[in-house]
Amino acid sequence: MSRLAEFIFRRRGRNGWHWTDIVTWLWLVGGLFIMFGPAVWLVGSSFKSPAALAEFPPTIMPYVTQKATVEGYDKPLDLYEVTRPDGSKAVLAEVRRIGIVAQMVAPEKPTDIVKVNIAERTPVRTMSFATTNYTEPFTHFDFVRYLWNSVFVTVTATLITLIVNSMAAFALSKYEFRGRTFAMLLILATLMVPLSVIMVPLYSIVSALGLFNNLWGVILPTVATPTGVFILRQYMLTIPDELIDAARMDKASEWQIYWRIILPLTAPALAVLAIFSVVWRWNDFLWPLIVLSRKELYTLQVGLSIYSGELNVQWHFILAMTVVTMIPVVLVFIFLQRFITTGIAGTGLK
Amino acid sequence: MKANVPRRSGSGLGEAAMVPVRLVMGAVDAPLRWVQRRLGIGGMATFFLLPNMLIFGIFVLLPFFINFAYSMTGGTALFLPDRTFVGTEQYARLFDCVNYADPNSCTEDTFWTAVGNTAWFVLLQVSLMILFSLVTALILNRDLMARSFWRAVFFFPVLLSPVVVGLIWKWILQRQGLLNFGLYSLGLEPHTWLNDRNWSFAATVGVSIWAHMGFYTLILLAGLQAIPKDLYEAAEMDGTRPARAFWRITLPLLMPNLLVVVVLVLIRAVQIFDEVYVLTGGGPGTSTLYLTQYIYETGFATQLRNPGLAAAASILMGVVLVILTLVQLGLGRKGENKGARK
Amino acid sequence: MGHIKLTNVTKSFGAVDVLHDINLEIKDGEFVVFVGPSGCGKSTLLRMIAGLEKPTGGELAIDGKVVNDVPAADRGLAMVFQSYALYPHMSVRQNLAFGLENTRMPKVEIAERIGEAARMLEIEPYLERRPGQLSGGQRQRVAIGRAIVRRPVAFLLDEPLSNLDAELRGSTRAELAALHARLSATMIYVTHDQVEAMTLADRIVVLRAGRIEQIGTPLELYNRPANRFVAGFIGSPHMNFLEGTLEASGSDRAVATLKGGHRLEVPMAGGAVAAGSPITLGVRPQHITLDAGENSIPAKIRLVEALGSETVLHADVAGQKVLVVAPGQHDLAPGADIRLSLAAAPIHLFNDRGLRLERAV
Ligand SMILES: Nc1ncnc2c1ncn2[C@@H]1O[C@H](COP(=O)(O)OP(=O)(O)OP(=O)(O)O)[C@@H](O)[C@H]1O
Ligand SMILES: [Mg+2]
Repeated sequence: MSRLAEFIFRRRGRNGWHWTDIVTWLWLVGGLFIMFGPAVWLVGSSFKSPAALAEFPPTIMPYVTQKATVEGYDKPLDLYEVTRPDGSKAVLAEVRRIGIVAQMVAPEKPTDIVKVNIAERTPVRTMSFATTNYTEPFTHFDFVRYLWNSVFVTVTATLITLIVNSMAAFALSKYEFRGRTFAMLLILATLMVPLSVIMVPLYSIVSALGLFNNLWGVILPTVATPTGVFILRQYMLTIPDELIDAARMDKASEWQIYWRIILPLTAPALAVLAIFSVVWRWNDFLWPLIVLSRKELYTLQVGLSIYSGELNVQWHFILAMTVVTMIPVVLVFIFLQRFITTGIAGTGLK
Repeated sequence: MKANVPRRSGSGLGEAAMVPVRLVMGAVDAPLRWVQRRLGIGGMATFFLLPNMLIFGIFVLLPFFINFAYSMTGGTALFLPDRTFVGTEQYARLFDCVNYADPNSCTEDTFWTAVGNTAWFVLLQVSLMILFSLVTALILNRDLMARSFWRAVFFFPVLLSPVVVGLIWKWILQRQGLLNFGLYSLGLEPHTWLNDRNWSFAATVGVSIWAHMGFYTLILLAGLQAIPKDLYEAAEMDGTRPARAFWRITLPLLMPNLLVVVVLVLIRAVQIFDEVYVLTGGGPGTSTLYLTQYIYETGFATQLRNPGLAAAASILMGVVLVILTLVQLGLGRKGENKGARK
Repeated sequence: MGHIKLTNVTKSFGAVDVLHDINLEIKDGEFVVFVGPSGCGKSTLLRMIAGLEKPTGGELAIDGKVVNDVPAADRGLAMVFQSYALYPHMSVRQNLAFGLENTRMPKVEIAERIGEAARMLEIEPYLERRPGQLSGGQRQRVAIGRAIVRRPVAFLLDEPLSNLDAELRGSTRAELAALHARLSATMIYVTHDQVEAMTLADRIVVLRAGRIEQIGTPLELYNRPANRFVAGFIGSPHMNFLEGTLEASGSDRAVATLKGGHRLEVPMAGGAVAAGSPITLGVRPQHITLDAGENSIPAKIRLVEALGSETVLHADVAGQKVLVVAPGQHDLAPGADIRLSLAAAPIHLFNDRGLRLERAV
C-alpha cells in the first residue's frame, strides 16, 4: 500500500506537483482504462444472456431478472420489487404491461391482480453467468472445427517456420558460397513485398498447386518469413566458427552440426521467433479469408468475422468465441510479455 | 543478442519431448551424410538454403513477378494462360478520370474513393499514432514505479488479433454499446457511431491507433532509454530548461528510432485492412473503404471479379510502399551521417 | 602413422595469396612447432592440414595418401583450438563423447576412453559440468582431452596456451611435453611465443608472410639462423643488428666499418661479399660484454633496467640501438659512456638481402 502511495504521490520536483506529474498520472490511469477496459467489457459481456445483452443501459456484470412460476400462468413471470403507496415493499410478478401501468400479482396469491406504475418498481435481479454462450458454439456450431483448424495452422506453420528459417539462417551465417550476399538481399527485399501487393497472383499460384480450400494453402506462403531468417542469422553470427570447425574435426556431419550444435545454441532466438510466429499465425486473417471458402476449413479468425458479418448477429455467441480466440494470445501476453518486448526493442520486429 | 549458454533444462518432461526429435533428426542423418559426400561441405549450404528459397521463390518472388503479367491481362479467368492480354488497359481504366479530386468522375470510382480514404486515413492515423506513442514513451521513460507493468498495459492490444480488435470495438460502438452508455450516463444523446460516415472513419483511425500504439511506444521507449542519462545531467548543470533539453537532446537522439517508427506506421497504414474490415466492412457506403479492401474485393469478393484490375491496383500500392521504404533508407543514411559527424 | 607431407602447397583467399609454395615433411611422432608473426599464415597452414581449408595448389599427404580432397572428419586428426571451442551446451563428458559417438563407437568403449583421458588430465571431478562452469585452465584440459580420446594419428594445436595466464602457461607447457612423450603421437603446434617453440619443439618451422623461412631444431635456429628475420625472431630479447660496410676481407676474417666509423673485425668466409658492400652484423644481447678490450666499440647508455640477476642496458652506438644483457648487477646511469666488447660474441653477418653469410669455421 505504501508503494502504491509512493507511486501516486511521486513527483518531479520536491516542491509540489509539477504539471508533468499530473499529465503522467492522468495518462497512465486513462491508458489503463482505455487499453484494458474494452477487453474487460468484452469478457463481462460474453457471459450475458441475449436478453441481458439487448438491455439498455447495460450493466457491467451479467445480471438476469429473476423469474417465478406462478399458478395459473404457463410461462415463468418476471419478478419485481414494488414500492407500495404506503411505503412498504413487496415482490410481485408481472402478468402484463399496458403503457406505464403493469398488472402484477403476488406469487403467493395469484388471483389478486395489482396495478402498479412502472416507475414504482425495479426488477429483482441476480448475477448469472450465461455459460451456454461458451458451451453451445462448441456443440452446435463448427466452432471446434475452427479451433482445431487454427491450432493446426498455428502449430504446423510455426514448426516449419522454425526449421526452414533456421536452416537458411545457418547457411547464410556459417558458409561461404557464391551468391550468399545476393540470397541475403533477396530475402530482405521480400520484406517490401507484403501480402496486399501480391494477393492476386499468390491466389492463382496456390490454386494451381491445388491448395485452394486447403489449410496447407494458408500455411505454406507464410513460413519463409524474412524477419525469421534475419533474427536467427544475427544470432547465429555470434556463435564462434571454431565450434563448427571443432565439430567437423569430431567427425560430425553438416546436418549434425546444424541440429546438435547450432540449434541448441540458437535456442533463445528460436524461442522469440516461435512466440512471434504463434501470434502471427493465430491472428492471420486476410490470407485465410482468401484461401478458405469452405466453412469446415475456416480458422477462428475467419469464422468469427463471417459470423459477425451475418445479418442476424448472435452477439452472445460471437462475444464468447471472441474471448476464446483471445485466450492463447492473452496467455502469451501474461507469461512471455517480457520476452516479446525485449525482442521488439532489440530488432524492431512485429 | 549474445550467444549465451542455455541453462541445463533438467526437466524430465523436456527430455522426453526431445526423444522423438532426436529420433527424427538422427534418422535423417545417414541419408544426409550420403548427400554431403556427393555435394561436399559447400554443397550442403545449398541444401540448407533450398527449402527456404523454394518457398520464397514460389510464394513471394513468383507472385511478385507474375503480378505484372496479371495487371496486363483482362477477363475473369484465374490462371494466367487463360487470360487475354490487354496491355495497359487496366491501368488506363484505373486512371480514367475527368477530375482526380472527385472520385465520381472516374470510371473506377471506388478505386479513387479508396485512394482518397486511404490518403486521409494515413495522414490522420500516422500523425496521431506518432503523437500518442511518443507521449506514452516519454511518460514511460520517466522515473516510474512498475514501469514494466505500465509498458505492458499499453502493449496489451498489440497482440490481439485484428478480428478480435474489430469485434471488441464493434461491440463497444454499437447502438447499445459501452460508449453510448457512457454518454447516456452523462446525460448526452446516444449515437449510432458506425452508421455515421464521419464517425466510422474516425473509429477506424482510433481503433487502429489503439491496437498498434503499444508496439511503436516500445520502439521509441527503447530509443529513449538508450540516451545516456549524463547528457541530461550535463544539460541541467548548464541550466538548460527541460523543454529545451527535449528539443535539443531527446528529439535528435531519438531520431533514428523515430524514423523507423514513422516508416513502419506509414507502410502499415497504407495497407490497413483486417480490423477495419471487421469493424465497418468499409461502410457505411464506401466511407471506410481502403485500398487493400478495394483490391481484395475487386480480385476475389465481388460477383464481377476482375483480377487484372486488382493486380494493377496492387502494383500501384506496391510502388507507393517501395517509395516510402526508399525514403526511409535515404533518411536513415542521412541520419547516420549526421551522427557520424558529431 | 602420423607422417605428414606437404608438397608445393599454396593457399589463397580470393585474390589474396596467404601461403606460397610450402614444402614440409613431418615425421611420425615428431613435435613440430609453427612460429611466425601474426597474420603470417600459421593457422591457415594448420587448418589446411586439418582439412578445414582446402589447399589452392600442391599436394598434402598423410601417411603416404594424398588427402587434398578428404574431408576433415576422415583424416584421423584431432585439433585443439585457441578458444578451446568446447560445445557450451554439453557437459564435459558429452564434449568428450561427441566425436566418438559420431564414429558409432560402442558406449562401453566410449566410457572407457573418457575415463582414461579424464584420469590422465585430472578432469574427472568436472565431467558433469558445462564448459561455462570451468576455469580457463580446466577448459584447456578438456579441449586437449577431447583430442586425446579420439586417438588421432596427429594432434593439431593452434595457440592452445595463449588464453592462459603466464604461470599456468608454464606448467601446462611442461604437461604438454610430458603428454607428447607419453603418447608419442605427431603433434603440430602453432604459437607465436618463441619460448614455447624452443622448449617444446623437435623442429621449428618459421613462417613469414606465407613462406617458410627456415626449418630446423631449436638450437639450429638459434645458432645458425638462415636469415636476418629468423635471427631476429628466435631468441629473447631480440638480436642486435648493426649496419655497416665491408672494408676488406681476408681468407677467414674481415673488417667491417659500422655507421659512425668504428671498425670491427668479424669472422667471414673469404670472398662471400665484395669489399665495399653494405653488411649487417647480428649480435645477441647476451653475448656482448662490458669490456674495453680488443674489438670493442664506444656506446652511450640510454636506459638501465636492473632485474637483479641480470641488467638490461639500452645503449646507443653511433645512432644505432643496441641491447645488452649483462649478468649480475651494474652500477650504471643513463648518459654514461661505456665500451661494449664483441670479442667473445658469435657474430652473425647478413648480406644486403638479409641472408646469413656462413662463418669461417
Ligand atoms: N577466411 C579468410 N579469408 C580471407 N583472408 C583470410 C582468411 N583467413 C585468414 N586470412 C588471411 O590470411 C592471413 C593468414 O591468417 P592466419 O590466421 O593463418 O594467420 P596466423 O599466422 O594464424 O596469425 P595469428 O598469429 O594472428 O593467429 C591473414 O592475413 C589473414 O588476414
Ligand atoms: Mg592464428
